[in-house]
Amino acid sequence: MGRAGLLADAALIFKKDLRIERSSKVVTVQVLPFAVMTLILFGFGISPDARVLLGSEESRTVLAQVTPGLIFIAVLFSALLALGRSFGVESSDGTLDGLRLAGLDPAGIFLGKAAAVMVQLAMVSAVVTGGAFLLFSVDVGWSPSRAVLLVTTVGAATTGIAAAGTLYGALAAGLRVRDTLVPLLVIPVLAPVLLGAGQAADAALFGAVADGWPWVGALALFALVYVGVGILSFESLLEDA
Amino acid sequence: MSALTNTLVGPSSSKVSRVVGIMAIIATVFMLLLALVWSPPEIDQADAVRLFYVHVPSAVIALYVAFTITLIGSIQYLRKRSVFWDLLAHASTEIGVLFCALVLVTGMLWGKPTWGVYWQWDPRLTSTTVTFVLYTGYLAIRRMDLDPAVRSKRAAILGIVSFANLIIVRYSVEWWRSIHQSATFGLDTQLDDLMLFTVFWAVVTFLLIFTWLLIHRFRLAWFEHQASTSSLDDAIAARRAERSHPPLAGESV
Repeated sequence: MGRAGLLADAALIFKKDLRIERSSKVVTVQVLPFAVMTLILFGFGISPDARVLLGSEESRTVLAQVTPGLIFIAVLFSALLALGRSFGVESSDGTLDGLRLAGLDPAGIFLGKAAAVMVQLAMVSAVVTGGAFLLFSVDVGWSPSRAVLLVTTVGAATTGIAAAGTLYGALAAGLRVRDTLVPLLVIPVLAPVLLGAGQAADAALFGAVADGWPWVGALALFALVYVGVGILSFESLLEDA
Repeated sequence: MSALTNTLVGPSSSKVSRVVGIMAIIATVFMLLLALVWSPPEIDQADAVRLFYVHVPSAVIALYVAFTITLIGSIQYLRKRSVFWDLLAHASTEIGVLFCALVLVTGMLWGKPTWGVYWQWDPRLTSTTVTFVLYTGYLAIRRMDLDPAVRSKRAAILGIVSFANLIIVRYSVEWWRSIHQSATFGLDTQLDDLMLFTVFWAVVTFLLIFTWLLIHRFRLAWFEHQASTSSLDDAIAARRAERSHPPLAGESV
């Protein structure tokens, strides 16, 4: 199958998953509120009044200070739900076998599903980021370069999460214990993404923008590795799912 | 079960494992003398340095030997589909996770007198923890109630991807910590010749122990495999044998 076939198959699966989401609205009305609730829980868990000293005079709330990390922790937890959903729709009626019987390229199925998860996660990330700014009163001296760094960070991080998550979701597909197994498998794998995204977002909000870009590079590399691994291994994973 | 077991399997030891086992015992005695009696306490860390003689070899075994065998076994399984490589990868990971746990425990015990706290966000300790969870996931997949061929294949893929991930985690954590912390405490320790030799000897000893465990674990897995794939007839024959010689009262069946 040629490259055009691969991308066409990917586009088909991508549209299919988003169409399912549009009619079922599981991510929109379940995962998204969960993500926002996570932010509120951070507020409950970490006192909103606690402050860190930045110098002799200045101080910032602890919540604002740790916002970069909290955003991606919330996104990571939401991703687990979105991934569960992504493979949940394929678990009944042998739909994964159906997709293969339809002659679709397994690599295309991987790309399509990962892209659909990525779009949904990007949406969740946007809401979570906006919500965090609002709820945690993060005051940032915005500049275009900071905004570009933050948006790129979110894009690279969600791509990595979606690619690695789709790979591991397929690994656990068809198992009764999938819901508990996927977090165990995926969280250690995504630990570097949380590290990188946290650092890059911290640079975008509070630090020097130049410090953030190497981390974005690492995130992009991570995403690339997992897209590659997914394309190569999805055929054997689907064979007997 | 005993009748079935006896017909199918022997003890999990063999001539090789007995030789390795005896060598491991002798090496361990020598290691204990070196580590606890002959080698001197370190200038700064005093006797805490002796934890090194368990910590370092465990790390070498888990992170460099065991998970590399997992990787090789996984690749070979995908290429050849042979039970040998599959079971070798499984056995190696299980022992690797055990040694990984030993690294974490000894690392934390060593941290208390050295850093003053059990847990310092030391890059090595942190990435080892993530690695530990990573391979626990591999073992979880191995326990899944799946068709054996499917399970082996998924485990093999996981075994390969986990190794790649081990490297990613290691570098990313080191990079992450390097911006907060200048150097890892304690690792610039001054070791004299006898101490270095003790570390070297401990690595040799742990390698022997690892090999011994690996042989036994592999053979156990092999027997499990045999038992699960042996024909139903064997099981029926065993049941019949049990019925003609009913177990004595109180004996477990």
